[in-house]
Amino acid sequence: MDTFIQQIINGLVLGSIYALVALGYTMVYGILGLINFAHGEVVMVGALTALSIVKVLSGSGLPGPVVALLGLMGAVPVCMALGFTIERVAYRPLRNAPRLAPLITAIGVSIVLQQLMMLGWGSTYLSFPQLFSAQPHSLMGASINDLQIMIICVAGAMMVGLVLLMQKTRIGRAMRATAENPAMASLMGVNVNRIISFTFVIGSALAAVAGLMVSANYSIAHYSMGFMLGLKAFTAAVLGGIGNLAGAMLGGVLLGLIESLGSGYISDLTGGVLGSNYRDVFAFFVLILVLVLRPSGLMGERVSERA
Amino acid sequence: MLKVRELRVSYGGIAAVKSIDLDVADGELVCLIGCNGAGKTSTLKALARILPAHGEIRYRGDDIVHWPAHRLIGEGIALVPEGRGVFARLSVAENLAMGAYCREDKAEIASDLARVFDLLPRLKERAAQLAGTLSGGEQQMLAIGRALMGRPKLLLLDEPSMGLAPIMVQKVFEVVRSVAAEGMTILLVEQNAKLALSVSTRGYVMESGCITMADSAAMLLDNPKVRDAYLGGE
Repeated sequence: MDTFIQQIINGLVLGSIYALVALGYTMVYGILGLINFAHGEVVMVGALTALSIVKVLSGSGLPGPVVALLGLMGAVPVCMALGFTIERVAYRPLRNAPRLAPLITAIGVSIVLQQLMMLGWGSTYLSFPQLFSAQPHSLMGASINDLQIMIICVAGAMMVGLVLLMQKTRIGRAMRATAENPAMASLMGVNVNRIISFTFVIGSALAAVAGLMVSANYSIAHYSMGFMLGLKAFTAAVLGGIGNLAGAMLGGVLLGLIESLGSGYISDLTGGVLGSNYRDVFAFFVLILVLVLRPSGLMGERVSERA
Repeated sequence: MLKVRELRVSYGGIAAVKSIDLDVADGELVCLIGCNGAGKTSTLKALARILPAHGEIRYRGDDIVHWPAHRLIGEGIALVPEGRGVFARLSVAENLAMGAYCREDKAEIASDLARVFDLLPRLKERAAQLAGTLSGGEQQMLAIGRALMGRPKLLLLDEPSMGLAPIMVQKVFEVVRSVAAEGMTILLVEQNAKLALSVSTRGYVMESGCITMADSAAMLLDNPKVRDAYLGGE
């Protein structure tokens, strides 16, 4: 029972991070029909930017949470600018090109970003300073620490904020209208290019937060960390129904839970043949199952426009 | 209000609109009639700047042929497109709010919304519903209401009767008539020539990309060629 509760907690933490990244994939897909495979790299850039700031500040005597906040305040604008630039430079010129072209470009952007960051930050694993007390709190026979509580709360707050932005504000309404029918939205006076830029900027801000969370959670950051995380978050977006915001959140949390529970029990289930180092298998097992059984994802049904 | 000269539209080398001239004066309701594929919708899309075009489109003196589409509504041009183009996943109220996207005058927007609900009471009943769940006729009403929320000076209406039951067609045209009676300048594209001419002051007949006739609506209704080709020879 302890293991079960513990893996649920770990799964929620992981799932919150996946959800934040998955939102970036799903928002861009919803508006452009493009899988932005460079999105995982934006998370990585956020993580390494935050790491550098945190390393400088961690000797200054400031309390850990403040240092983390300052790290975010550096990483978020950097990632916003990066997301804006990626769209402007790599995707906008290909807006009317065949769909394969921007997809390949996305992979190219991803490689370029990895290599640039490797030049700056090196190719070794960098340790992320501990910012929160490691003292665990006990919860129903399992343990949870301050960092994990922070991750779940901050991710939850950001998702609530995003839903409010999309549902209650003028720009959110314009984003939804543009996602549905860009030509019609432009006739309403919506500057579609500006909305697309804004979408990339918001997705990248979420990615920056996720980057700090994931590197603080595993105490590690690395120039290639965005690749696997990006693929998993993409899986989460597909699981929830790509293009659907609620789906990305649900898919992220579910995928985190599946991965945690799976890696927690895989050793018992296989008689010790496979260990928790096979954790990455679960995400892709889920991806294959979804694509075979329900390609539109869990929440992927859409209201169709009646003729 | 609108003065079009030598307007040309082509799709990958195939000319859909072959150098047409067209005028709409302040407060007029002008219709553009013709068969399927005559180039009527292409003309309207070009005027609304969602289709690239060549030639001259003078709107209140300015040549707007290279303007981006999102600039038009602020300058007073609204399009109600063929097939309605409502945002199916937005509620009726949100669709109407999108119509007023460019406006800042909250009090005026609220009074315009009340006016639209007055004109189209069905929309008020269904304000909270997703637009995709409305019937075709209600969606047409919503598309017109949404365009009016931008407080346009020139309303471009594309095939408002298409795909609607006869009773709904009557209702939509009653709305068009009352909007025109309030002084709105309207350019109406319609396949239903008889209906279109019955509400218009003037009309243009379009055939394979060219305007072949231009006259007052009454004269066109009496014209034997028009009667044979578009009015079922009555």
